[in-house]
Amino acid sequence: MEIIIDTISWILLLSGSFFCLTGAAGLLRFPDFFTRIHAASITDTLGASCILIGLMLQAGWTLIFAKLMIILLFSLLAGTTASHAMAKAALKSGMKPQFLHTNDK
Amino acid sequence: MHDLFAIVMLAGIYSLLSASLFLDLDAVDVAFTEASVGAGISTLLMLASLKLVGRHEKKKRYKPSLALGIVIVTGALLIYGTFDMPHFGSADAPVHNHVAPRYLNESMDEIGVPNIVTSVLASYRGFDTLGEVVVVFTAGIGVMSLLLVRRETKDIEKKKVPADMQQQIILRVVAKMMLPLILLFALYVQFHGDYGPGGGFQAGVIFAAGVILYTMLFGLTNARRIFKREILTLLTATGVLIYAGVGVACMLMGGNFLDYDVLRHDPVHGQHLGILLVELGVGITVASVMITLFFKFTWRTVKHKYTS
Repeated sequence: MEIIIDTISWILLLSGSFFCLTGAAGLLRFPDFFTRIHAASITDTLGASCILIGLMLQAGWTLIFAKLMIILLFSLLAGTTASHAMAKAALKSGMKPQFLHTNDK
Repeated sequence: MHDLFAIVMLAGIYSLLSASLFLDLDAVDVAFTEASVGAGISTLLMLASLKLVGRHEKKKRYKPSLALGIVIVTGALLIYGTFDMPHFGSADAPVHNHVAPRYLNESMDEIGVPNIVTSVLASYRGFDTLGEVVVVFTAGIGVMSLLLVRRETKDIEKKKVPADMQQQIILRVVAKMMLPLILLFALYVQFHGDYGPGGGFQAGVIFAAGVILYTMLFGLTNARRIFKREILTLLTATGVLIYAGVGVACMLMGGNFLDYDVLRHDPVHGQHLGILLVELGVGITVASVMITLFFKFTWRTVKHKYTS
């Protein structure tokens, strides 16, 4: 039983780190603002969730589990809302997604 | 760099990074303070003032080379000064031999608070912390007197000022879900400071951040209904008064200033009561000063919008 939980937890931790790395790469390499915040928000939704769930499995049924759970809920709410607010602010200040221009040609 | 917005953001990131550095050094309380004060509220207040003064730096009318020269010379002198300091982490540095062993060994018997940082901050070094609270209080008074409320501002205050983000439904819904949690967390940090990282400064700042979030999304007029100017001014003074009042109470009961041993029959219980009250005073003053600062800046912005 221990081994199964450990394996799942490590898979989650590693995939979470992978998503964080891809998010960082996307943040640097993607062409325009909207694709970049897509990449950035992956780090704090998918990446952070995977890592936190992995850590929760490591912690077992303890107080740490509950604390990590609260952090997970909070980061899911706050991270996605922040990305939404940024995208909306960018759109409002007149920034257009880039692919629209390339499709026009 | 001439974009002040980017500079404010970089300052916030710098604070967050140094908070993680402090966490790595096991200074959890300092990291907590740095994250909430440095990265949180000061970034927020700087953004609020940026909205007032505009985003871009004005053209320089002077040559900055002289200032740069002075900074370089001072920096070089400071680095030269560090050569005389004991090596990093060296066991016979004066810091580790003077009062630190006593704090670490006796704190549990004398104060009875598990978090030694709190016992040093609020009891052993209570007088220093009183000074810090007075600094916050003075800063609040300074801003209050610089941005005085005039007659025309009072007229605008009577109008209903809608928030800029009135239409942001998603933000409003999420904020409504998170606000009670933020305020509750602030109270937890306040009253759990004896046992875990936290205390009056962090709690006050977190509470103020919650109120500021509410103000940004639901408008100044709504926020003013709960946090009236008179009440905030009163609270700002009340916090310092509670802190100093505990000290005076100790003197009246036969001890020294801020010597909590005499507050109860048992010295340890007296210390607990004293630390609780003192931290409460810190929290009240910090929260009300931060809220006042934000309100003052925002009223200025609103006033500019309505008069021009």
